[in-house]
Order: sequence, then structure tokens, then C-alpha cells
Amino acid sequence: MSTESVGLVRPQTLHVSEPLKTVSGAVIPEYDLVYETYGQLNDDRSNAILICHALSGNHHVAGYYEGDEKPGWWEAYVGPGKPIDTNRFFVVGVNNLGGCHGSTGPASINPATGKPWGPDFPIVTVPDWIVSQNKLREHLGIEQWAAVVGGSLGGMQVLQWAIDCPDRLRHAVVIAAAPRLSAQNIAFNEVARQAIMSDPDFHGGRYLEHGVIPKRGLALARMLGHLTYLSDDLMGKKFGRELRDTLKYSFDVEFQVESYLRYQGEKFATKQKFDANTYLLMTKALDYFDPSAPYDHDLSKAMARVQAGFMVISFTSDWRFSPERSEEIVRALLDNDKNVSYAEIESQHGHDAFLLPNPIYEGVFSAYMNRVASEVGA
Amino acid sequence: MSLNTDRLLSPEFQLISSWIEPGSRVLDLGCGDGTLMAHLQESRDCSGYGMELDPNLVIAAIENGINVIQANLNKKSLLDYFDADSFDYVIMTQALQVVDRPDQLLEEMLTIGKQSIVTFPNFGFWKNRVQLMFSGRMPETEVLPYHWYDTPNIHMCTFRDFESLCEQKGIEVVRRAVVNQQHETTLGMKLLPNLLGEIALYQIRRKSERA
Repeated sequence: MSTESVGLVRPQTLHVSEPLKTVSGAVIPEYDLVYETYGQLNDDRSNAILICHALSGNHHVAGYYEGDEKPGWWEAYVGPGKPIDTNRFFVVGVNNLGGCHGSTGPASINPATGKPWGPDFPIVTVPDWIVSQNKLREHLGIEQWAAVVGGSLGGMQVLQWAIDCPDRLRHAVVIAAAPRLSAQNIAFNEVARQAIMSDPDFHGGRYLEHGVIPKRGLALARMLGHLTYLSDDLMGKKFGRELRDTLKYSFDVEFQVESYLRYQGEKFATKQKFDANTYLLMTKALDYFDPSAPYDHDLSKAMARVQAGFMVISFTSDWRFSPERSEEIVRALLDNDKNVSYAEIESQHGHDAFLLPNPIYEGVFSAYMNRVASEVGA
Repeated sequence: MSLNTDRLLSPEFQLISSWIEPGSRVLDLGCGDGTLMAHLQESRDCSGYGMELDPNLVIAAIENGINVIQANLNKKSLLDYFDADSFDYVIMTQALQVVDRPDQLLEEMLTIGKQSIVTFPNFGFWKNRVQLMFSGRMPETEVLPYHWYDTPNIHMCTFRDFESLCEQKGIEVVRRAVVNQQHETTLGMKLLPNLLGEIALYQIRRKSERA
């Protein structure tokens, strides 16, 4: 596996002045989309790859910012010689509408009031994201993506792209995703939201106006999230029942796993400064996601429209979006005789596996992307 | 992209390929690196899928440009993936003897496919019989190079066994070819296939008078 990086990168911003009418019926009068690109767009503009991000991700997919030590969130898979090879592809990462890393979201100023949108920011759903990402596609002068690629909530956007804009992508790479959330998935999201909303610093979502952030709630939501991204096996191996010190028979941090979770929560809420309202929005987008809904809730019917070739990937120990959920996507494609390949990757890393190095995963991903590259002459 | 030409195709695959109507929908079970499926796509205008369990072969199949579904057919039914009559042909080369229940898998193959093509090594081949008879030990040959304890071939059968199963299940043998390791058919094989044939290729379908 290549260890090369795309190196120093810089985000760009697209301002869209055309209003976006969301699925919920609300209107976002104008908005910014922040994005990054790596590699070169070829002469016939056929080698562009869109990467959709997951719940807490953003447009900073690969490479480094000036003075920053940490690379983008998918550095392991995007770069020169990597599965998404920036020597061959023109790669686009975009921060979703409602996000908190530069694209218009709840922490942005509402032009109507001059104050942060906060809880008044319209609920955006996955189809709304596809509409806004499509604006970016037009802006970049790309007729058709060579592939749209994403993991988790990112994979769900890929699915929506293939159904909503069938002729705008040649290939769809859907990793560790599901065609819709289960009751258990929604329940986890609801507990995360309650953690945020019951923080005394939440102030009904207007915490920025109060000069505070609901750190504890956000950290708690992240701790819960983390728990569901890891497998029981992995936590056992990583932490077991290991103690930080000796047992103190108190409610302080005693087990290593407690320390780890607290650290992750704390980091998310304070260091990464993730916006609490964005977290609420993203979990809602997940809950509402159901591309089969307009097609009598029949995924096979929804997939009849699809033109893209599909690569679907799942991970054995992922219990948040298990292999069976990916197989539902595969089955709906098979029902329509669509081009689809499917790999279930052996991994003990749970849902997080889609971000982590793994030779078989890399092999599958690279083999498929090579096919895409040779098809588009990249 | 694909490396497949007739020149590189094994005689077994060439024979199978010649049995397949151009433009067919094909499913290849245990498709390996996808060589056969890629050949059928390129030279016989076929479409469809390969299924494979081994992750490295899944990667090779993707590289070979076919649609491949990673699946463990000992844990899942073909009907979990496909509706009845989804394919013109369901192919399985040299894999019948490694699955948990060959009889059930055959039924499924002939449910989702109109016809099947199955190939397997003949346990009744004279060398196997001679080894068992004179050394009193399980045969180890070029076609069957394993020990009894580590062999993946858990359901070995002879041609006669297979045909008896077909009879019992109302399966019609449309065509049969019996070949040696070089995939040639000698006069002896024609006369005494169950004794002199090493590998058999069967094209089968459900008998039309199925109840």
C-alpha cells in the first residue's frame, strides 16, 4: 500500500445563490459549500470522483493543511497509488449542507436575522444533499462522475445519487451502509440527541447566542456513537477489563475503556469543536434516509432506475450496519439484473473498519477503482 | 483489461463455453478468478454474475471485469439472492463435491436457472479404485491431490452416483462429456466412462413433466 500523500491541500468554497427547497418544505435561500479537490481533471472531464462523508466527516478527505499534523479522514484510501488513486482520478470532497466545517449550517449566520441559524436551520435530508452536491458537479463542469464513493452515511448518499440522478454517475461504491436505518439504529441516534438536548448548556439549540456549547451532551453522544462503531471483540482485545490503576470502588475512571471513551467524547466536543446542532441534523438525516419510500417502500423498484455499476462492501464485525444490510442493497440490484459486485470483508474493527487499513479491503477497492479508471481512460 | 482469450482458456472451459447459447444470462458458482465468466462475456455476449467465497479470488474476479458476489453457499441459499428462472445457465465447475449438501444445491441451481452445467472429478476413475483396492487407503491422485483428513472434497461421487441422484430428483441429463485431465475423450472413456473417465461435464435440467 502506498504511503504517499496528496500533500498540502486547501479548501475552496462554492457559493450557490439559487434557493434550495428541502424535502421538509423549508427553503434555504442561498448557501456555501466548502470542498477540496485532489489530482487533475482530464481533458474529457471523465475522471472525477465524488467522495461523500459520514456523520462526523467533512470535505477534508486527504492530505494536510498547512501546519497541521493530522491528515484528512480517508488518507488511508485516497492519494497517489492508493485505491482512489489521485494520479489517475480528480477527487472531490465536499462538506454537506448543515455541516460545521465551512458549508452553510446551523452555526452559520442566518441572513434574515443576522444571528446564527441554530435550531432554525432547516432539517436537511440525504436527497437535499444530492441536490446541493449536484450544484457542485455543475460548477466543476463535470457531466458525469466516474464514481461516487462513500462509507456509512456517505454510502447512503451514493445510493441516493444512483437513484436520483442515474445518468450522472458511472459507478457507485457503497461501503458499510444500509438501505435504511433499523429501529435499533434510530434508537441509538435518539439517545445521542437526548444527550445533547438535555445538556443545560444547550439552550434549545441557541447556545452560541449564550456564548456556551453543550460540551457534556455532545461528548456523551460521541461516546455512544463510538461504542456502536467498535465490535465487542475489538473492545475486548483493546481494553479487556484492564484498569488504569487499582480498583477504587468509586465512579471515577477506573477501567481503560472508560478512559478511552471519555477521551474520545472530550476530543470531539472541545478539540474538534463539532457543532451540536449539526450532530442533531446529521443523525436526523440518517433516520429519515429511505430511498425506497417514494417507490412504495420497495427498494427493488427504486433500483430499477439505476444505471451505475455498483461495488458494495461490508465488514463482518460491523453490527451498526451489518453485512445483511448491505446484502439488501445487493439483492435489490440483482432483482433488476444490474451490474453489481459485493465483498464481505473479514475484520474485527466493527463499523470503523471502512476507515482503517486492511489488505483485502484495499485489494477489492483498488481492483474495482482500476476498472473504473480504465473505463474512463484515466 | 481482461486477459482471457481462447488460447489461455482451459479445455474444460472451452467445452463449457461451446455448450452455452450466445447472449445467455449466466451465473457461475465458485467462479474463482472469473476466467470463464469473463470469457463468456467477451466471446459469447453473455451477462450475469460469478459467486465466490475466497476473498483473494473475489479480488481477481473484479480485476477480470466480472460482476462477482462474495457468498458462502453452505450458509446461504441461492434463493436468498435470486428469483426462480433468473438465468439461462447456472454453472458450477469442480465445486459440487466441496459443498455441504450437493443435492440441495442442485435443486436450487435448477430453480434459479433453466439449465445447469456441472463438472466434477469421477471417484470411480480406475486409478482411484486401484489405490483403494491395493493399498487399502484413500486415493491421492493428480486430480485429487489431498489427504483424506484435509481434503475440501467432502462429497466425492462417481458418474453413476451422480446420474442416480439426477434420476431420483427428476433431473434430465441433456448432455454429458467425459474427459481426462487433458480434457480429451478417448475411445475407452466412451465405452467405460465410469471406469476410465477422470472428469465429467454434465448439462442438466428439470424433466419437463415435473410435478
